[in-house]
Amino acid sequence: MEAQVDDSLLIKKYINGDEKALETLIERHNQRISCFIYSKVNDRTITEDIFQDTFIKVIRTLKRGTYSEEGKFLPWVMRIAHNLIIDHFRKSNRMPMFHGNESFNIFSIMSDEQLNVEGQIIKNQIDTDLGVLIAELPQDQKDVLMMRIYRDMSFKEISENTGVSINTALGRMRYALINLRKIIDQNNIVLTN
Amino acid sequence: MEEIYIKNSEKNELIKTKSETIQFLLNYSKSLKITQIKGHKFESNLN
Repeated sequence: MEAQVDDSLLIKKYINGDEKALETLIERHNQRISCFIYSKVNDRTITEDIFQDTFIKVIRTLKRGTYSEEGKFLPWVMRIAHNLIIDHFRKSNRMPMFHGNESFNIFSIMSDEQLNVEGQIIKNQIDTDLGVLIAELPQDQKDVLMMRIYRDMSFKEISENTGVSINTALGRMRYALINLRKIIDQNNIVLTN
Repeated sequence: MEEIYIKNSEKNELIKTKSETIQFLLNYSKSLKITQIKGHKFESNLN
């Protein structure tokens, strides 16, 4: 009973401009409200967020002078917190969030598309080696392969650029690949990672 | 085997909101000003 009287006195002081009274109120009920929120949401960060939103509502209501529940400060704050917890669950049902735990973390099975540093070094090495091998090909086959692979041109565009038929361009590409494989086999080159 | 017996010690602790959050609320309260003009209340944050 004593605490409730004190609460209403503190609220009056706060409404009259005593900011220190708010600090006393928050400190006094911090643990009870935090435990109440945590018991529902089971997450410390969300507890902090809901606690903060609860008191923002409390502050706004008190400052606007629309608070009327004399002597029932804590149940009123608890009700605000309760409503915000419901809002939180409504929102998270609409946007389900996956939470990992100590034994399973989603990031351990997810990976990005990019190569790691080692993979990138190996890829660069293969690209360089392949460049050296392509330089060994006859000029007509080399031109077709360069246009197709490095410039991403279609065989129709290649035939227009080189002045040969599409079938000839296709044939040169085929021989370019056969010859590349032949060079790789003959020199026992390993190009994979 | 070890992973089956996880101890969740957090549940046994008494939860309290951090002092940073409380400080934020106190600063918010200090910055919030309500102005009443012709029966309408306007909120403003003065930082």
